[in-house]
Amino acid sequence: MTEQTLAGLIRRLIIDESMRAHVGHIGSALSIADILAALYGGVLRSASSHDPERDRLVLSKGHAALALYAALAASSRLDRALLSTYCGEGSQLGAHPEHVLPGVDFSTGSLGQGLSIGAGSALAARMQGSDRQVYVLMSDAECNEGSVWEAAMFAAHHRLGNLVAIIDVNGQQAFGYTRDVLEPTPLAERWAAFGWNVSEVDGHDVEGLQQSLVAADARDPRPRLLAARTTFGKGVSFMENEIAWHYWPLDALQYERACAELAAADRALVPAR
Amino acid sequence: MRSAFAAGLVEVAAADERIILLTADLGYTVLEPFAERFPDRFMNVGVAEQNMVGMATGLAEAGYTPYVYSIATFASMRGYEFIRNGPVLHQLPVRVVGVGGGLDYGHNGLTHYAVEDVALMRTQPDLTIVAPADPDQVRTAVPVLQQLNGPVYLRLGKESASVPGLMGRFRLGGVEAIGDGRDVVFVTLGGAAAQAVEAATLLSERGVEASVAVVSSLNPSPSDDLAVLLGETELAISVEAHYVAGGVGSFAAETIAERRLACRLVRAGLRETPVGETGSRDHLYARHGLMPEQLAAAALQQFELAGR
Repeated sequence: MTEQTLAGLIRRLIIDESMRAHVGHIGSALSIADILAALYGGVLRSASSHDPERDRLVLSKGHAALALYAALAASSRLDRALLSTYCGEGSQLGAHPEHVLPGVDFSTGSLGQGLSIGAGSALAARMQGSDRQVYVLMSDAECNEGSVWEAAMFAAHHRLGNLVAIIDVNGQQAFGYTRDVLEPTPLAERWAAFGWNVSEVDGHDVEGLQQSLVAADARDPRPRLLAARTTFGKGVSFMENEIAWHYWPLDALQYERACAELAAADRALVPAR
Repeated sequence: MRSAFAAGLVEVAAADERIILLTADLGYTVLEPFAERFPDRFMNVGVAEQNMVGMATGLAEAGYTPYVYSIATFASMRGYEFIRNGPVLHQLPVRVVGVGGGLDYGHNGLTHYAVEDVALMRTQPDLTIVAPADPDQVRTAVPVLQQLNGPVYLRLGKESASVPGLMGRFRLGGVEAIGDGRDVVFVTLGGAAAQAVEAATLLSERGVEASVAVVSSLNPSPSDDLAVLLGETELAISVEAHYVAGGVGSFAAETIAERRLACRLVRAGLRETPVGETGSRDHLYARHGLMPEQLAAAALQQFELAGR
């Protein structure tokens, strides 16, 4: 059996399940595979999915639910058999995540709502004297939504230093490139102007991400924003930066090619024993 | 009603530390009793209703019981999708408090009239609506909310006197009757109850036996209680400061149809967008046929049509 990185396994599960279910949103899911590998590979602290003191994660870009399910499965938090019900009749694992599934903290799917939920969750932690952290994973196009900036103002004003927002800056949205639809830059400067502690990071460098995610400076009370540069469809060459893969599902030939590329990438990354 | 709410909330909050109060920068001179008593559990989040509801979702998931307060239009509609995808979808005990339901904001215009909020909230089967008719009912209802683990929309009037005969009675999922006349039963919701009670008095002076069915909560449905009252009359008139679609008039129509009651229904309420004409609440009530004389006349007209 080929040894896999956590991110590699997440990607493979994304490809397998989207193929089996014949469902799209693959590019959006692949672009956050490394961010989720960083979070589930040691950053998120939880004794169980029902532990009130667990760190919270809000997948505000809910359309990448498959990546979340894959990360839960790859880190042994979700049964593989259950993962294989993805988008099946009667399954709890829909194309957008619902909190009824253990491991999913909040239901999402309507863009622009997650940061507010995260701000409330972070405020609750502070009021309860808890050191739990709240992570909100958003998309860059999601910042088109005005409500994101309501939450951004609130979190900065109330100095929610236990709140970390990660933006998946893949530069793409449903109809085209973000720069053509609604210019998102200068993204880091905008968030900094709203009072956030902003870092620009490589969204595919798992170790680097982990260092950035846990590198809270207790003396800095600002909420943190990680602007994670990513490649839409990362890991599957014919999907990378291709708008069409926002919605398209895979055919058999594409599936074979995707699997081969992911296996080759993992062989290159993981030293043979 | 606003002050009764603030006073009632202070009382329940003294016994329940989970209760916190958020406002979107409204409630000046109303919410101070809570803010002063529980400064750590009160927060003005700024003019941002969507964020307020989203935050309340995060707070409730962590064990709090957040009350989010604004004018009824903003509380119910600005963040409606946040309410639906937050407290409703997650079944969390967030209490959305909308003040000035109906036409209570008088000369402030349509932007401040909540005349479709009940319709919007009613469509959510797991969202409890509580719409007290007067301050006494508010005092009875606020502690009852504590028993609910799911979300609530609390629709308050702005200023209103006690409704004669109601005496603060309130039961979740129940209908409170005022009077026992069955020539006509007025079915009403919220502050408009006072109009209906006065109409019933006017009718009694004309020898018509009228009563008032005060609907103060929906989801759970008070249909059983209402069916008993409407099963004993041939004429029901719904009275609400709300569009006739989706509010208590629609609720009465559903009850009559689903239970095969032999009861004619006349719906009093708004049938057009109230735009281009400002004035006091009573001026607007008259404009939309909600004054007691108009309601009594509507009943008498039905008797004439029926040849009585």
